Amino acid sequence: MEKKKYKSKKAGETIALVLIYAVLIVISLVWLIPFFMLVILSFRGEAVGVSADYLFPKQWSFGNYVKLFTETKFPVWYGNTMLVSSVVTVLQTVIVLMTSYALSRLRFKMRKPLMNVMLILGMFPGFLSMTAVYFVLKEINLTQNLFGLILVFTASSAMQYYICKGFFDTIPKSLDEAARIDGASRHTIFVKIILPLAKPIIIYTILTAFIAPWGEYMFTSFIMLGDPDKFTVAVGMKSWLDNPTLAGDYFTVFCAAAVVVSIPITALFIWLQRYYVEGITGGSVKG
Amino acid sequence: MVDLEYLKKSPFEKFWFNFVNFFKGLPSGIASFFKAIPKKLYKLWLAFAGIFLTVGRAAKDGDWKTRASFGIMGFGLLARKQYLRGAVYLLFEVLFILYMSFFGWKYLVKMGSLGEIACVEEWDDALGSFTYKFYDNSLLILLYSLLTLFIAAAFVYVWYQNVKGSLISQEFTEAHAALPTVKDDLRSYANENYHKSLLSVPMLGLVVFTVLPIFFMVFIAFTNYDKAHMPPQELFSWVGVDNFVTLLGGGVSANSKIFAYTFGEVLLWTIVWAFFATFTNYILGMIVAIMINKKGVKFKKLWRTVLVITIAVPQFVSLMFMSQLLADQGLINNLLLKWGLIDKAVPFLTDGTFARVTIIIVNVWIGIPYSMLICTGILMNIPEDLYESARIDGAGPVRAYMKITLPYMLHVTTPYLITQFIGNLNNFNVIFLLTGGNPSTLDMQFAGKTDLLITWLYKLTVSESQYGIASVIGIFTFIIVAVLSLVLYNRSKSVKNEEEFM
Repeated sequence: MEKKKYKSKKAGETIALVLIYAVLIVISLVWLIPFFMLVILSFRGEAVGVSADYLFPKQWSFGNYVKLFTETKFPVWYGNTMLVSSVVTVLQTVIVLMTSYALSRLRFKMRKPLMNVMLILGMFPGFLSMTAVYFVLKEINLTQNLFGLILVFTASSAMQYYICKGFFDTIPKSLDEAARIDGASRHTIFVKIILPLAKPIIIYTILTAFIAPWGEYMFTSFIMLGDPDKFTVAVGMKSWLDNPTLAGDYFTVFCAAAVVVSIPITALFIWLQRYYVEGITGGSVKG
Repeated sequence: MVDLEYLKKSPFEKFWFNFVNFFKGLPSGIASFFKAIPKKLYKLWLAFAGIFLTVGRAAKDGDWKTRASFGIMGFGLLARKQYLRGAVYLLFEVLFILYMSFFGWKYLVKMGSLGEIACVEEWDDALGSFTYKFYDNSLLILLYSLLTLFIAAAFVYVWYQNVKGSLISQEFTEAHAALPTVKDDLRSYANENYHKSLLSVPMLGLVVFTVLPIFFMVFIAFTNYDKAHMPPQELFSWVGVDNFVTLLGGGVSANSKIFAYTFGEVLLWTIVWAFFATFTNYILGMIVAIMINKKGVKFKKLWRTVLVITIAVPQFVSLMFMSQLLADQGLINNLLLKWGLIDKAVPFLTDGTFARVTIIIVNVWIGIPYSMLICTGILMNIPEDLYESARIDGAGPVRAYMKITLPYMLHVTTPYLITQFIGNLNNFNVIFLLTGGNPSTLDMQFAGKTDLLITWLYKLTVSESQYGIASVIGIFTFIIVAVLSLVLYNRSKSVKNEEEFM
C-alpha cells in the first residue's frame, strides 16, 4: 500500500517533468524562431518584398548585406550610433557614479530633498520637455548635430542613480570609517576604496548606457528630423519601413541591417550577462 | 483587528491581510498625502524664516564689513582675507549684473505679453521684393525670461550665502578663532564639501536639460502655441486655462468635444495597457522561472540562456521586425493563408481590438525574459522548508504557489512592479514601433486606437504642432503617474516596515 502510493507520486512527478520540458521547448522555439526568421530572411536573394508567402529563400545570397553597405546610408548611421553610444557611455557612467556615491555615502542637508526632486522629475513624461530642449539646442546650434544628441542623453543621466546607489549602500560603512581614521579624504575613499569594489555595478552602468542610444527613437527622431545623415540606426531603419515606396524592397535589407546591429550588442551582452543580471535583480528588489 | 490576533496569523495570512488592506487604504492614502501638504508648507515656511532671521541678524549685529557685503558681494570675506571665496562671490555678482543688463532684463519685461510685434513685411526697392523683419519671438521670450528667473533665483541664494558667510567670518574673528585659509577651503571640497564637487556638474545638466524645459512646457500649457501661432512669423499669447478646459470637455466648440473624447479613450487604454502589460509579464515570467528552477529539470542554464539571448537583441529591432511580420501582407499572414489555416488575412495590427491584444502578446514575448531573470534570483531565496511543510500538510503545487510563492514574490518585488507599471504608462517604443498608434480612426483627434498618452503627445508635437494641448496632456500624465506612485510607494513602505515578511 505504502509502496504503491510512493510509486504513483513518482509517476506524477515524471508527468510533471515531461510537461515542463514540453512547455520549455515550446517557449524556446517561440522565442527563438523570430530571430531565425530574421537571419534567414536577410539572406534572401530575390526581391519579393514583405508579401512573400515562404520563409526559406529560393536563392541564398549576401546581396542584402552588400546593398546595405554600398547603396544605403546604413554605414553612416552605424558610425553615428557607435560614436554617440561610446561618448554617452563614458560621460553617463562618470555622472551616475558621482551622483550615486554622493547620495549614498555623503550626508548633507539637501540629500533627501534632492532625491525626492529627482523622483518627481522622473515622473514627467520625458517627451514633454523635448520641445524646450529642442529650442535650447537650436539656440546653441546643436540641432541635427550628434553632439546635441550626446548632450541630451547625458545631461539628465544623474536621474539614473538609483540602482547604483543601491549597490553602494551595500558596501559596509566601516570601510569608509577605517580609511577616515587613517586620514584619507572623501575623495580618496571614493576613488581608491569604493570604486574598485564597485566593478559589477560599473559594468552594469556601462552596459545599459551603451545599449540605450541604439534603441532610442523618440528623442533622436525629433532632434535629427529631416537630416538623414545624422540618423542613428533605429531612426534610419524605421525610416525605411515608414517610406511606402521603400518598405517592400527594403524589407530584406532591413533584416540584414538588424542582424548587423544585433551582433555586437548580443556579443557584448552575453559576455557581460552576469553583471547585467546582478544589476537588475539587485536594483529591483531593494526598493 | 487586535494586535494579538494579527500576530497569531501565519506569515502568508499576514501578507494577504496587508495586501487587502493596501487596496482598502488607497483612498485614505491619497487623503493623507494631501493632508500632509500643510505640514510640509509649514516646514518650508520655517526654512524661509530662518533665512530672514540670518539676514536680519547680519543687518543688526554685523560690522561695516559685513554690512558692505549686502551691496558688494564677498566684501566681508575679502576684508577678512578669505580671498578665494570673496573673489568668487564678487565675480558672480559682476557676471549677474552684466547678464541682466545686456540680456536677461529685456526678455523678462516682455514675459507678461509674450511680445507685441512678431514680424513686419517691408517692400525693399533694391531687391524688388518683400522682406521680412522679425521682432518679438514669443518662444524665445518665454524661454529666456524663464532662464533669467532661474538665474535670478540662483543669485538670491548666492547672495544669502555671501551674507551668511560674512557674518560667520565676523563671528570667528570676534571669537579670535582661526579663519579657514584658501588652502583649507580648497581642501574642504574633497572632504566635508565633497558632495558639492561631485554633484555640481550632474545637477547643472539636470537643471538646464530637464528642470528648465519642464517649467517651460508647463508655462506653454497656458498659451495658445499651435500651428496658427508659430514664432517667428506669429506670436502666441497667454490663454489661461483654456487648454485644460478643452481637454476636459468643458469647451463649446466641436473641436473641444472631440479632444475631450480622445483624451478619455486614450487615457483608458493607457491604464488598461499598463495593467495588462505589467501583470502578464510578471505572472508569466514567474511561472517560466519556476519551471526552470524546479528540482529535477535539467539544462537550467540552457533554458535561461535561450531567453537571455532575446534580451540581447536590441528591442527596436525585434519590435520593428514583428510589425513587419504581423502586417496584413506580412509573412505570418501569407504563410497561414498558404497553409489554408485562414481564409483572409488576420488584421493583427489593423483592427482596433486585435491590435491591442497583439501588442500585449508581443510585449509578453519581449518582456518575459526580463521578469524571468528577476524572479529567478528571488525564487532561489524562498526557504525550501516552507514547501516541505506545505507538502506534508497535503498542499498541491497550485496551492503552494498561491499560498507561498506568490505572496512572497509580491512582497519582495512590489517596488519593481510599481516601477514597471509607471514605465509601461510611458512605454513609447513598444507602441510606436509596433503600430505607430494605428489603426487610426476619425472619432479621435490625431490619435489611433492603440495610442498611449505618450505617443499621442509625440504626434501632437511632432506632426501637428499643437504644443499647448500637448503640454496639458503631459501635465495630466505627470499628475496621474505622480499620484499613483506617491500613494503606492508610501503604502508599500508602510506595509514593509510594519513587519518583515516571515
